[in-house]
Amino acid sequence: MSNDRTKASEEQITYANILNKGMWFGLALLIVTFIIYISGVLPSHVPIEKLSKTPPGSEVPYWSMRAHDFNQALNIPTGWGWTALAGKGDYLNFVGIAILAGLTILCYLAILPILIRKKETPYVLIAIVEIAVLALAASGILKTGGH
Amino acid sequence: MLFKTLRSPKIVLFLSVVFCLMLATVSAFASTEAAPPPVASSNVAWWVWPLVLFIVTFVLGILAVLGGVGGGVLFVPIVGGFFPFNIDFVRGAGLLVALAGALAAGPGLLKRNLASLRLALPVALIASSAAIVGAMIGLALKPNVVNILLGATILLIVVIMGTAKKSDFPIVPKPDNLSQSLGIMGIYREESLGKDVEWTVHKTPTGLALFVVIGIMAGMFGLGAGWANVPVLNLLMGAPLKISVATSKFLLSITDTSAAWVYLNQGAVLPMIVVPSIVGIMLGSIVGVKILAKAKPKAIKWMVIGLLLFAGLRSLLKGLEIWK
Repeated sequence: MSNDRTKASEEQITYANILNKGMWFGLALLIVTFIIYISGVLPSHVPIEKLSKTPPGSEVPYWSMRAHDFNQALNIPTGWGWTALAGKGDYLNFVGIAILAGLTILCYLAILPILIRKKETPYVLIAIVEIAVLALAASGILKTGGH
Repeated sequence: MLFKTLRSPKIVLFLSVVFCLMLATVSAFASTEAAPPPVASSNVAWWVWPLVLFIVTFVLGILAVLGGVGGGVLFVPIVGGFFPFNIDFVRGAGLLVALAGALAAGPGLLKRNLASLRLALPVALIASSAAIVGAMIGLALKPNVVNILLGATILLIVVIMGTAKKSDFPIVPKPDNLSQSLGIMGIYREESLGKDVEWTVHKTPTGLALFVVIGIMAGMFGLGAGWANVPVLNLLMGAPLKISVATSKFLLSITDTSAAWVYLNQGAVLPMIVVPSIVGIMLGSIVGVKILAKAKPKAIKWMVIGLLLFAGLRSLLKGLEIWK
């Protein structure tokens, strides 16, 4: 028989519950938006059939280009610029992707008050720094050199 | 019938060769697709590639479960090596595939107290920060350099998978000062023994240092890093195998999140590649779990190692421009 000592902690259960609900919501949304995308119900910023085409002056199709060149060739915004195109069939998919990628931040924010209440000072600090790290990654501030 | 088939090593070997030949055919087709005359349209309908991608990732999902590896480590070298998509998009998709798998498994593992938040949080902070750096390096490198490094990494994974031992209950003579001050310890119910198992860890500073390297590699190549997480948590830090495997899987949900954001913000995510891959791997994993109870794990493990060897060599030779 398992006992209380083997049970997951309060913060662990809270984290798991948010992760569970958010994951299924994000995944369902991703599938629905993908169906909208491929069915052509909404117009796409980049028509789906264009991705496999080779543009003038290029030796490779769009989807074989480096991300930087792809974005330039098709006038695609980077960072959070996609939100302006969220009404388009292709960029609507990014809503589900962003939810899946953002879940972890939400989970950390949810367990932070529990850790503070339990006076788990090292873990409070770790959680705060982790939120800052993930927020930095999500912010779009970080840039890489293109080619 | 399927289960019986998978019990025979010869059949497994035959299926591996068929799958590799299928990938080689896809690759040959992709290379003719990749360099048509300027302004030419592809002869292949756009939906063929996502469909083939879905089928391949479905098979990979089954193999990943049976071989005891994450989907990402199979996805990136195989899709990167044999499909016409740029390695930037493949790595972005690989991270999201690994992330989705980790998000799906995480809640159950946390609730059963197999994935430990106390162990994961400090490790995740190091690994996720390093993964951001890795993602930025990876996106700045030239594709052939990425392919060479990816190929070398996959071959290293093959060696680790083929040789690394695992320890169900490693002996931790004395927890180190850092793990003690962070209170990294726990108790879980080991059903196979019918008793509660107390665990703690040691060599935490060395383990955390290794997670810098693991995080960079995960971000750079878009690989889930379970292949590296488990040996470090289990063999080096001394966490029980079940705790190591479960915490590693959960850990990916944090490590891959940070790197995935970098790829997303740099425009290296294509829904056309991401969604069929996530759905394919997830459905394949569900089927894989059902087959797992009946299949011979050793034969499957060697099949996965063979597949990784093939994909690793393909990446390496592609990077060296020997096999374009």
